[in-house]
Amino acid sequence: MLKNLYLQSISNIERVTIYSANHTEEKMGTNSLFDVIGPIMVGPSSSHTAGAAKLGKLARQLVHGEIVEVKFILYDSFARTYRGHGTGKALLGGVMGYDLDSEELKHAEMIATYQGLKFSFEEGQKDGIHPNSVDIHLIEASGKETILSGASVGGGNVAITSINGIETNLRTNLPAIVTHHRDRVGILSEITDILAKRNLNIAGMNLYRDAFGKNAYMVVEIDETFDEAISREIFESIDGIMDVFVLENR
Amino acid sequence: MNFFSGKQLLALCEEQQMSIAQVMLAREQEVSGRTEEEVIAGVKHSLDVMFRSIDQGLASYDKSLGGLLSGHSKKIYGELGKESFYLPDRTMKAVAYALAVMESNARMGVIVAAPTAGSSGILPAVLRDAQETSGATMAQLVDAYLCAGAVGLIVMQNASISGAKGGCQAEIGTSTAMSAAALVQLKGGSPKQCLDAASFAFKNILGLACDPIAGLVEVPCAKRNGLGVLNAMYCADLALMEIGSLVPFDEIVDAMYHVGLSMPATLRETAMGGLAATPTAKRIERDLFANTELSKKK
Repeated sequence: MLKNLYLQSISNIERVTIYSANHTEEKMGTNSLFDVIGPIMVGPSSSHTAGAAKLGKLARQLVHGEIVEVKFILYDSFARTYRGHGTGKALLGGVMGYDLDSEELKHAEMIATYQGLKFSFEEGQKDGIHPNSVDIHLIEASGKETILSGASVGGGNVAITSINGIETNLRTNLPAIVTHHRDRVGILSEITDILAKRNLNIAGMNLYRDAFGKNAYMVVEIDETFDEAISREIFESIDGIMDVFVLENR
Repeated sequence: MNFFSGKQLLALCEEQQMSIAQVMLAREQEVSGRTEEEVIAGVKHSLDVMFRSIDQGLASYDKSLGGLLSGHSKKIYGELGKESFYLPDRTMKAVAYALAVMESNARMGVIVAAPTAGSSGILPAVLRDAQETSGATMAQLVDAYLCAGAVGLIVMQNASISGAKGGCQAEIGTSTAMSAAALVQLKGGSPKQCLDAASFAFKNILGLACDPIAGLVEVPCAKRNGLGVLNAMYCADLALMEIGSLVPFDEIVDAMYHVGLSMPATLRETAMGGLAATPTAKRIERDLFANTELSKKK
């Protein structure tokens, strides 16, 4: 019985969350004028269109190679009203790299077809999921598949709920470095060392892994935009790093 | 410089001898770290996108995504100048502007959420009207925009601007309150008069449900934006005539919030109640979704 529980707990996703003090403070009082009147976006809905475009763009940033096929699994409200809100076009346009205010989003399906990018939309079922949720499967020419699950949580804000099956909870709009690495002692401090040397302030940090010594993702949110060369430095100088991605300020 | 309520905002205006727009401009520089010039450039860019969304809405013949909205702004525009209607041309033209933005929005055109996409027609419409018929300068439009932002900010911090949380009264209500205050600021009204206008705007549509047909941002959203224009102008005029609001702005925002909380979920953007639950709306919803059924994941 105890052994079973132990096995269960290590196979479950374990998570370490470190946040600097003011990061978790309510946004109250710090909303910019342009959060009130804004964003500038293609219509018709901040949650179903603008948020969808953001999720698509985030997923794209987790892939280095050329994407040849993309599959979207839409849930609940996203699945029910995707056409009337242009959710599919926005997701696809985002994957192609268009911003939430790009007129191209409207024509995303046509542009994808013209460029030879295969795409499909399906409806999925999952319990206890946010009503505006989607799984984005990105397939590269080599056959490598990257899966991002996310939700559009309102007002154009999004949450990344898992990366390649590893549960995450990323909600802010700050630029971030995402590392995919083998879990081992000390790797975290080696990464933060590099950031400190570049004088970059860490706003928030999350570590997600499937089990001790196995696959792990770390998301480091940075207070300002940074030189993307830093991802190469992390990739080349730290043992056990399998991939590094940069998420732009979104 | 910061404020979390109408009361604090008015006290700041009094203390600093500033307009709401000036206080908002100073606050924005503090919270964003941007210079005055950068903030104003941002506002001008936003105004530019707003006005373009009016022009695009009026020019396009494209159907909306859901197919429920089509060419009403153009229709109104075409009827101007005829003597058979009640409202003056100037007013109906402003209504057409609001519908044009909503039609643009429903066609995946570029808009500025003000404060949301579903209420994005009102502020551009009243500002464009002020520019065309009251000869408002760019500086006045920027001030009006800033004042609208201050009102929206207070609502965001103390209640909600989302139809899913507070019904249409929260969403279009906020947009209307922002626009009414903006119009008062534009004519040089006092800070208190700005908030009085915003108060009237909420009072006039307190309790309005969010009940879009098939859950789409089309019907009745577009025409309610048109109504928001009329409401905003009416409230601004009342305030400019020095008619004060009996209940202060903060209390009205609070009342709006509590009305929103006590609304059943069926009336908060779920397309399960109100107009969305009528037999006609249900039929439209069935037809729409019959054609857009996704294949199920195996």
